Amino acid sequence: MDLTRRGFFKALGAASMTSFAFGMTQASPALAVEAEESWKLVNTEEYTNICCYCAGGCGSVCSVRDGELVNLEGDPDHPINQGGLCPKGATMFQLRNVVNPETREIEKSKVRQTKPLVRRPYSNKWEPISWKDAIAEIAQKTKETRDAGFVETEMVNGKKLVVNRCESIASLGGSQQNSEEEYLILKMMRALGIVAIDNQARV
Amino acid sequence: MQNTDVILNIGSNSVENHPVSSKWLHKAHDKGAKWMVVDPRYTRTAEQADIYCPIRSGTDIAFYGGLYNYIITNLIEPGLAEYTKTGKNPSNYNFEYLINYTNASYILMKDYEFDPATGLFSGWNEDSETYDAHSWHYETEEEIPWDTSATGAYNWSVAKGVPEFDKPVLAVPKKDASLQNKRCVYQKFKEHYSRYDLDTVCKICGMDKADLELVYSTWATSCAPGKAGTILYALGQTQHTYGAQNTRAMSVLQLLSGNIGVPGGGVCALRGEPNVQGATDMGMLVNEQPAYLKWSNTTDRDTLAHWLSSQTYSDGYYTNKPKFMVSQLKEWFGENATVKNDYGYDWWPKVPSHDGSDWTEMSSFEKMKEGTMKGYYAWGMNPCHSAPNSGNVRRSMANLDWAVTVDQVITETASFWDAPDMKAEEIGTTCYFLPCALIYEKPGTILNSGRWIQWRQQAVEPWDEAKPDYEICDLLWTEIRRLYKEQGGANPDPILKMKWDYYLDGKIDPRPVSWALNGYALEGSDWKSGFKSDAKGEKLTSGSINLLPGYADLAADGSTACGMWIYSGFYSNNEAPVSAESQPVYGRDNTDYGGLGLYNKWAYSWPDNRRVIYNRASADMNGQPWNKDKCLVKWDNKAKAWTTGKNTDGYDNPDFVASKSVTDPKTGVVTTTAIEPNNKAFFMLWEQNGRLESYGMVDGPLPEHYEPFETPLSENLINGRLNSPCYLGRPDTEGKKGLGTKYSDESTRRASADEFPYVATTYSVTEHWQTGAQTRACPALVEAMPGDMIEMSPALAQEKGVKTGDKVRVWNRRAEVIVTAVVTPRIRPLTVNGKTQHLVGMTHHYSWSKLFGLTTHGAVNDLTPNVGDPNSQTPEYKAFLVNFEKTSI
Repeated sequence: MDLTRRGFFKALGAASMTSFAFGMTQASPALAVEAEESWKLVNTEEYTNICCYCAGGCGSVCSVRDGELVNLEGDPDHPINQGGLCPKGATMFQLRNVVNPETREIEKSKVRQTKPLVRRPYSNKWEPISWKDAIAEIAQKTKETRDAGFVETEMVNGKKLVVNRCESIASLGGSQQNSEEEYLILKMMRALGIVAIDNQARV
Repeated sequence: MQNTDVILNIGSNSVENHPVSSKWLHKAHDKGAKWMVVDPRYTRTAEQADIYCPIRSGTDIAFYGGLYNYIITNLIEPGLAEYTKTGKNPSNYNFEYLINYTNASYILMKDYEFDPATGLFSGWNEDSETYDAHSWHYETEEEIPWDTSATGAYNWSVAKGVPEFDKPVLAVPKKDASLQNKRCVYQKFKEHYSRYDLDTVCKICGMDKADLELVYSTWATSCAPGKAGTILYALGQTQHTYGAQNTRAMSVLQLLSGNIGVPGGGVCALRGEPNVQGATDMGMLVNEQPAYLKWSNTTDRDTLAHWLSSQTYSDGYYTNKPKFMVSQLKEWFGENATVKNDYGYDWWPKVPSHDGSDWTEMSSFEKMKEGTMKGYYAWGMNPCHSAPNSGNVRRSMANLDWAVTVDQVITETASFWDAPDMKAEEIGTTCYFLPCALIYEKPGTILNSGRWIQWRQQAVEPWDEAKPDYEICDLLWTEIRRLYKEQGGANPDPILKMKWDYYLDGKIDPRPVSWALNGYALEGSDWKSGFKSDAKGEKLTSGSINLLPGYADLAADGSTACGMWIYSGFYSNNEAPVSAESQPVYGRDNTDYGGLGLYNKWAYSWPDNRRVIYNRASADMNGQPWNKDKCLVKWDNKAKAWTTGKNTDGYDNPDFVASKSVTDPKTGVVTTTAIEPNNKAFFMLWEQNGRLESYGMVDGPLPEHYEPFETPLSENLINGRLNSPCYLGRPDTEGKKGLGTKYSDESTRRASADEFPYVATTYSVTEHWQTGAQTRACPALVEAMPGDMIEMSPALAQEKGVKTGDKVRVWNRRAEVIVTAVVTPRIRPLTVNGKTQHLVGMTHHYSWSKLFGLTTHGAVNDLTPNVGDPNSQTPEYKAFLVNFEKTSI
């Protein structure tokens, strides 16, 4: 059976292989073999992703079975890394899951924090909080701090300017997000009037 | 990279920190390229290279200045007269490039000056400690106003719907193509760098003269027409009080060497964060807006008319800025943006630019300390570990009312109140931790260092309650907007008028945001009905979007909207707007048409899918490639047309104006004519030539060597000024705050060489990444590299009685940390100004937060100084002073 590797990308759906083959018409041929039941990647769906580390932009393939990530490896079709990954990239799987050395079962990472937390003033510990409460409290505090520190107009060199500026809040970060997320964070912060907006590109 | 003839790694250990990229260096090396590494330490990259030359941290400009001087003395001066006579390039130097594509021939103002005795350029104001750049400009030959008549090139700028602004006037510079005028850029440049002779450079940098000459002569081979040299740099160049001048120095070197725009040339910034290119493009920075336009401020950008008047270039491609700006505002405020209200411009916050105040990362901690900054959002960034003088950071954060950290693990920033030296019971800050999704738990676009825009598919759902940042942002925004709508408050208009309708099938979704970034025509786009997708996930069954094919279609009259003009085209397939996989951004044709590794049909490279920017400079004045085997674009003299990626596979899309289209106002017929080859190789600048000398920097028109904030020397060996005159965070001894941001000694705590004799620098190992928030969560990586270390030479270790594996206390006036010693010949003592100078190097991945691996009671960045570059506000992590001793703790 000789298929293109892209034939395995079930996530794309058949339609994208035919009518809207933007740039996918030349997918590289890959040898496909009938997999044995014991093979690690049998019955998986593959999704492509890009590494979360150095900005080289290496491609990866995430293999998913029953909605769970079972493998992550370098994308063999990707022209930059041609299937390879560095030690960090090759370990991205462990950001989510680790394999228990005793049971050999895939388990959720123990150090990743996956629920919202709050630390109250003068307390020495984190407490659980619901998303709903966390969002309500943060929005309320954001509003209070903005309202208290807002500068709507300012005299500059004898001229009254509309400046709509919030000087009491800062927002830091953005190089970890996808571009669409960056745009939303930026729009939100600028709409609040924040000028102290910065990200990893600064350092 | 594979196309280069000479590789220079300087301030980048790419084999260690960008491991996969080094494969392409090896390809070049296998084909015969010479590989050089200039670095304080014999790195893994040095191990792969042909030539290694050590350098004292913080002295790069002296090294580059010497190289300019070497090229001028050995290549330019011997051949210039003959070239001027014959117009023919010699085999060893590209005069055609220097004279036509750079500003070498431009005449500078009469009062341009540099005084080596004071170390200052003309225009210095001692009171304000700033430069007036007037004397760094060119003399004007003639002035040409814009032609805005009905048939003029700029008729669009007076059309209905276009905001009014003062039209720019092109000030054509005076030139002397023979480069003999005493005031031309070349002559001033030559004079400036004549001081940088080999002996002086060696004294400053701590180099061996024979090593240095070998590096210089090897680099000089890349100056030959048809040859290319490339520079790889990273934070080793930028993290200095003159970091922006370091990066400029590399660009200047590449212009002088004829290496920009050619295959295998260029300045390769090996960027550190996965989407730091995207965040830079996005303008998530105090003074920026998306796509390299400037944010509004209180001086030259206080109104839309002033923005357009001050930002629109008189010539070159940035004459189009009004189209980008109005389209930006249309996307920002939607139907609320009209020509009558200046497209909503006044709702944007104005950054204070009249008082010299600074609002970047480091200064925000000063404001917390002063008590004016009360709320803080940290999105996947960990300043309590990564910011310089990070002890100062957590003490400053203790003054906040509230802090929100969005991350995957409990970082040092989330739990600053829990640091070993902090007293939680005294800290009144409310701290929230919001758990975010991993990269493969959400879809979206990301950019690499080479400007490739790539799409990430979502593979799995986030664990538990973790959410993508876009969803977290939407939840917050929706609630904040509800509060303002229902309760009012300080001017709610900027919040209530802003467009925020990026929902698909009733949920916030990155794809409508991609449409916004790509740009769309208002006609044919319906955002109001709510977007719904068909069963196949391709087309819309409710709402509509009319995606633009590229930024050439943007207009300044409010008929188009675009959040990111440079990306325009990346998501432009109107046949299937819902399917990211059907868009150019997801192109997966990995064929190497042309054999130069452009991979034009894989993903999408901004702008306009160009793979090598400034590629006009890869060809001569007749449009013929300098190197026939490495052709990006080419003028076909028979067909009178350009051969480019637009018409032929294997070529690159032109990064210059290759043709001109004129629409007949009566018939509507569009006529396109090719533009014959000219000297406009750098069309993103108004003069359209590369700048050897520039009036665009705040700290000088030419890179000049100054010492780091903390230096082992008591004087600058090449001019009369020890430190760069206007770096960020200068000592505030005279109460001059506000005139360029200054920090108190209490904040910076400068160390002196008599107490702290060792020059320190910081770096990363391949197993870890930045503050380790991700890599310290991966058991395999922690097993491979379980803690931080300090590297030192055997000679220094013997002097201090330290062995590999010993615990060492490292301290200066800011902090102390305890790390493990590694004694290694990779670091060797240098001879600086006749004296032995020891260097140490430290990794900076571990700290006290409770992830895997060894924890320390402080972070290595507790030691680094919170001062920075005055152009970029980047901190000086890469050169500072410490002392250390063996400890039993």
